[in-house]
Amino acid sequence: MTRLQRGLGQGDARLIGGNAQHVALLSAISDAAHETLPSPHRTNILLVPFAKFGRIVIGAFNDIFAANAVQGHLMVALGRTLTFQAPLRFASFVHQFEQIVLRAIPIVALISLVVGAIITQQTILQLRTFGVTIFVVDLAAILMFREIGVLLAAIMVAGRSGSAITAEIGAMRIREEFDALQVMGVDPHQALMLPRVIALVVGMPLLAFVGSMSGLAGAAIVAKFYGDIPLDIFADRLRGAMTVTSVAVGLIKAPFMGFLVGLLASIEGMKVAGSSESLGQRTTSSVVKSIFVVIVADGLFAIFFAAIGL
Amino acid sequence: MINALIPEADPAITVDGLVVKIGSRTIINGLNFDLHRREILGLIGPSGSGKSVTLRALIGLLPHAGGNVTVMGRNYAQLNRRQRVETQRNWGVLFQQGALFSSLTVKENIEFQMREHLHLSPKLRSDIAMIKLDLVGLPAAAAHSYPAELSGGMIKRAALARALALDPQILFLDEPTAGLDPIGAGKFDELIVTLRDTLGLTVLMVTHDLDSLAMACDRIVALADGKLLKAGTMAEMLQSDQPWLQEYFHGPRARNIGS
Ligand SMILES: Nc1ncnc2c1ncn2[C@@H]1O[C@H](COP(=O)(O)OP(=O)(O)O)[C@@H](O)[C@H]1O
Ligand SMILES: [Mg+2]
Repeated sequence: MTRLQRGLGQGDARLIGGNAQHVALLSAISDAAHETLPSPHRTNILLVPFAKFGRIVIGAFNDIFAANAVQGHLMVALGRTLTFQAPLRFASFVHQFEQIVLRAIPIVALISLVVGAIITQQTILQLRTFGVTIFVVDLAAILMFREIGVLLAAIMVAGRSGSAITAEIGAMRIREEFDALQVMGVDPHQALMLPRVIALVVGMPLLAFVGSMSGLAGAAIVAKFYGDIPLDIFADRLRGAMTVTSVAVGLIKAPFMGFLVGLLASIEGMKVAGSSESLGQRTTSSVVKSIFVVIVADGLFAIFFAAIGL
Repeated sequence: MINALIPEADPAITVDGLVVKIGSRTIINGLNFDLHRREILGLIGPSGSGKSVTLRALIGLLPHAGGNVTVMGRNYAQLNRRQRVETQRNWGVLFQQGALFSSLTVKENIEFQMREHLHLSPKLRSDIAMIKLDLVGLPAAAAHSYPAELSGGMIKRAALARALALDPQILFLDEPTAGLDPIGAGKFDELIVTLRDTLGLTVLMVTHDLDSLAMACDRIVALADGKLLKAGTMAEMLQSDQPWLQEYFHGPRARNIGS
């Protein structure tokens, strides 16, 4: 109505009827500043998912490779801790190790067991046509230790602990606890992030190993009941098929993946600003980015190991 | 006279041409004011004028893009890490929401800095914490509560006790009475004045509370658009004919402060 009144000019439009309240309301509206906001830029609706995906990919790579404050602070914190200029915070490390690593063992073991079993069942199905069912043991040994164990553990940790770390740091930022730490002369990166990142780096190999062993167990069970390969033959064959190399390849990847998850979760936590909505968004984004990056890193490792002939 | 030993002449904090930028935006642009020892200074200004940013820059949470801030006679920007931590120990900060560590009890919160920076026996730490709790008027029973179990007023008091843990000389408060009922706010103001009188604290408080300004503050600094609008006592503020100050101090909510 106000717009109409303005369009027609003050003289031409008059209000007929309405009580004093209505008139007061209308005049308050027309007195209020009437600037028009520029309409926000709109992407074609079909392109939105692709644009979002692109942003995640670019965002994840920027977080890791572009120099940023969190990386720098973490490095400084590590340096100061190693040179005893800052307290060790052993209690905090132990607590985080329990939360992030020990409590993840059952779930990592369980999903690896199931995935190991499923893969083995499918493999046996295919190999049976060629009459070489026994090769399933070689395949399981290599696959579980090189890829499945570490990958499932890393994805699980990204979902479980990446989200927890982002949420914890983000909530502390919203409530200004983060600032309070800094004002009290305690480096929050050293006190909060470092114990978590170190727990991840130290704990991931353990989780990867647990994952690999459970995957292998799942394979052995399915091989026995579905592939008619008795356990002792499975073990016998395994002795020949499993090499130190495949175990080492899996375990070498683990600390890197732990570090990536910890770094991304910390960076996302630091991006939380103001609202609890932002906390939710950052936590989601932390999990999505970590899982994506962990899988890409696994691919890069595979290329790297193939190139050096391992 | 003890007072004669301390160089009373130089202010606790001198802010000279402070510039603070967030991203590419200049929020504070050449701010000047002094914080004298043992005074309670109120920092006022319209919402978004940069009061909180000023406070955060003074306590070292935001980098200074220009200007000098001298704290207790030392230029803050030129201090090394150790000196900076030493200086930081001379001040306590009460954040707007209290910012108590939610995973620690009230007592653990108060003990936090002692545990980080001092080598005290647990017994002594605990005793000091209980004294601080008493100082801010909290019952001893509150010591073992978690922040989530406290009311707004109690959180502010507990956070004040934590800010006082290392016997600071300067206290920074960001809207300490916001969100308190008028009686609670009045008591909080009294507490600040009492602490200043007994402990000789210097206080800088951001506030929107006209009653606090009238009751507790010795001087007032008004900010607008990142610059100093006017600094002076309540009486000087009331006499100013600057339009914003006119509206602020003579508006509908300011009935009885002039009396
Ligand atoms: N972290 C931040 N990022 C970007 N802008 C900020 C940030 N903090 C404050 N600002 C901006 O600085 C200005 C001053 O804010 P602030 O000091 O909080 O105002 P107030 O005087 O109400 O306390 C505001 O315009 C605000 O948008
Ligand atoms: Mg503010």
